Amino acid sequence: MSMKHSTPPLLDIDALRIDLPVGGAPRTAVHRADVRIAEGEAVALVGESGSGKSLTARAVLRLLPEGARTHGGLRFAGESVPDMSRARLREFRAGDVAMVFQDPRAHINPARGVGDFLIEGLTTARGVAVAEARTKVAGILREVGIGDAERRMRQRPWELSGGLLQRVMIAAALAAEPRLLLADEPTTALDVTTQEEVMAIISEAREARGLAMLFITHDLELAAAVCDRVAVMYAGSTVEDLPAAALHDDAAHPYTRALLASRPSVGDTRGGLRAITGRPLSGFEAPSGCAFAARCPRARELCDDEPPRSRPAGAGSAACHFPHTRAPEEAGSHA
Amino acid sequence: MLEVHNLRKVYGDFVAVDDVSLTLPEGGSLAVVGESGSGKTTTARMIAGLEAPSGGHFAVGGEPRRPGRVGGAERRTRARQIQMVFQDPYSSLDRRQRVRDAVAEAVRLHRPGNGAAVDDRVAELLGLVGVDERQARSLPKGLSGGQRQRVAIARALAAEPRVLILDEAVAALDVSIQAQILNLLAQVRESTGTALLFITHDLAAVPHISDEVLVMRTGRVVEQGPVGRVLGAPRDAYTRRLIESIPKPGWKPRRRPRPDAD
Repeated sequence: MSMKHSTPPLLDIDALRIDLPVGGAPRTAVHRADVRIAEGEAVALVGESGSGKSLTARAVLRLLPEGARTHGGLRFAGESVPDMSRARLREFRAGDVAMVFQDPRAHINPARGVGDFLIEGLTTARGVAVAEARTKVAGILREVGIGDAERRMRQRPWELSGGLLQRVMIAAALAAEPRLLLADEPTTALDVTTQEEVMAIISEAREARGLAMLFITHDLELAAAVCDRVAVMYAGSTVEDLPAAALHDDAAHPYTRALLASRPSVGDTRGGLRAITGRPLSGFEAPSGCAFAARCPRARELCDDEPPRSRPAGAGSAACHFPHTRAPEEAGSHA
Repeated sequence: MLEVHNLRKVYGDFVAVDDVSLTLPEGGSLAVVGESGSGKTTTARMIAGLEAPSGGHFAVGGEPRRPGRVGGAERRTRARQIQMVFQDPYSSLDRRQRVRDAVAEAVRLHRPGNGAAVDDRVAELLGLVGVDERQARSLPKGLSGGQRQRVAIARALAAEPRVLILDEAVAALDVSIQAQILNLLAQVRESTGTALLFITHDLAAVPHISDEVLVMRTGRVVEQGPVGRVLGAPRDAYTRRLIESIPKPGWKPRRRPRPDAD
């Protein structure tokens, strides 16, 4: 709905709804996901369990469970993903978009060599000669910080540590020369020092290539550090979308603010964390009004009765009847 | 309350824990922080009696722990000293047992008494950890991860332990639930005087739960001291590296040379 669009966004998730079959009947897991990513831009999709963030990411590649149905818009560079033919979908997955998952071991054949896995996409989908593919892939491995590329390519996946294997997965994703990288909690299973290295590698590779990214995570701080914009999901809906730089000062949705406040940090002086009462709801459990109302300190009657629509708030947009907005000059505090 | 001297664990020719000493005062809270392979969990399991040390010794409440098998009475005495809560509460609860019965069972084991006394104690424990009446009637599968962890904590507290070991007890929980459980543990410590040994990979949680911290790497202690000092003015390069890799406002990930690379 943007005014002047010369080119459509690279990825446009527009009022996406996802129904999953539960006990034979369709139930809505994602009510409304709205995410737009421009060419070369990085957007984080942040949420707790059940928020629908991973389903949304999977919907982009049409990797949803059997029997799932999507409604709403899902376009890549203007082209409708749900309308892609099988042949076009294969091409789309092999070349336009690449995905990196939380658990690399579940997505690599343990019986085959790392090198074979890495060149597979190039030799089968692109018809690149094996020798040429190996040279190219070795170069990418060095780029992601794997110095002894030749030796690593002769190894089996189980011979590599989790951090090393995740770098191999990133190399495989980069080898396809995609325009969009989908990264679904790529560092959640890694140690914190390894996480920093892997995220630095992703950021450098993106910068070198002008590669766009949809980054799925539960960690708001990490999201803000590596992305241009942050979209927050709760109970199957995008509840806020704002520039990463505005997260700490300008978050308008009470959930975003509560999530920030409940995260422990090393710099904190001692004292209790500001926990959010209750538990996160899944999309399946979302009530008819605002799904966060039961846990929200700002909720009033209206919130239970009427679902809030997304509208401009602060530096971005928020689906909230009573968003936080910074008072002019932020004068004093008020209840 | 807990004094550990030169604890060591060797598997074949792999040294998992090497010369670890620590002290946990009565009612205190000590965090043991480390990444995978640091030996933090093995250290905790040896203290809990789930793993036999290869070397070193420790004492609980001034009494030395002797290695080897022990009988039922001695086991219950030990349970009253040290209880442990694990990362995945689902696997540590009987999935066919209602929450109230699971807690009652633990209460009866440690404090035999008549039905009413047991009921009162169960109600007290469930109230302490914030599990309501409806949840108490549920099976574990009917509860969320955070609620299950509350039940696991209630069960551990039934033994009235002097020391509660928490092995990555909040690691699997959602961020908003982690904060609830950390606050609950701080409150449990205050109201019951139970000392906490908090095993974690997450340095950021430490200031909210502990007074003292010990940082481990590849089986050894690299630094220990009061939380404020260690986090505010770390002396060891690896501790600094751990602190620097935690995302925070203004932080950007960087590739860094590893201190004394392995």
